[in-house]
Amino acid sequence: MHPLLFGFMAALLVASALSVILQRSPIRSALSLVTTLFLLAVVFLFLDAQLVAALQIVVYAGAVMVLFLFVIMLLNLQLDRPSMAPVAVRGAAAFVASLFLLALLRYAVGAGGGTGGMSTAIDADFGSTEAVATQLFTHFLLAFEVTGLLLLVAVVGAVVLAKRKLV
Amino acid sequence: MNVVSIEWYVILGAVLFTIGAVGVLVRRNVIVMFMSIELMLNAVNLVFVAFSRHLHTIEGQVAVFFVMTVAAAEAAVGLAIIIAAFRNRETVNADELNWLRW
Repeated sequence: MHPLLFGFMAALLVASALSVILQRSPIRSALSLVTTLFLLAVVFLFLDAQLVAALQIVVYAGAVMVLFLFVIMLLNLQLDRPSMAPVAVRGAAAFVASLFLLALLRYAVGAGGGTGGMSTAIDADFGSTEAVATQLFTHFLLAFEVTGLLLLVAVVGAVVLAKRKLV
Repeated sequence: MNVVSIEWYVILGAVLFTIGAVGVLVRRNVIVMFMSIELMLNAVNLVFVAFSRHLHTIEGQVAVFFVMTVAAAEAAVGLAIIIAAFRNRETVNADELNWLRW
């Protein structure tokens, strides 16, 4: 990925992510999050992760965000008046977050052993559906099965929770 | 060399993760807090994919697959909880949802 292109994508990503937490209307937050997810899918494509990029758009920007928008519109939320925490809490949050960011950056700088740019030589099928699926159905078969069970439990749980006259 | 090193991807991931963490700390609307959590999960996914490319191993992308599945399950259950809470209290403000506070 060309450095200029990366800088452009990174700036767009940070701007849309900030928009998620700064918009007062939940709908606008959700749409900003969709933008962020699409931009991430583009970055994934540049990192030779075609299947993950497609899943990102179908599962995240598609299914999960439709669920979010559906709930926001179902509850018919207005602009929430004290959308933000009190100033003191916000100051404390900003302080904690900056410490947190510094700690993360401390590890980020020099990550990967400082070997310079990523090598351009890579297998033609790296990140293809076949390459990912082969790993998924051999090394990670048990985890895959457990994930299926988790999804079943989540579906039943969501139906039970959202049902009327139960809570 | 005309390629971006892994460092910059990790830094971008750290920045996105921090933005998500600030969202959870600062916002009071539970749905927006929930979206901030999705943002943090995606920052981690970015680092997974970047390292997968850097180390030439596909396992990172398999991990992203699992993160996405768990995130989808979490969104379904979490939003069902929000709907149930809204039905009882007519609010999605985290300060007013205090049943569990003693």
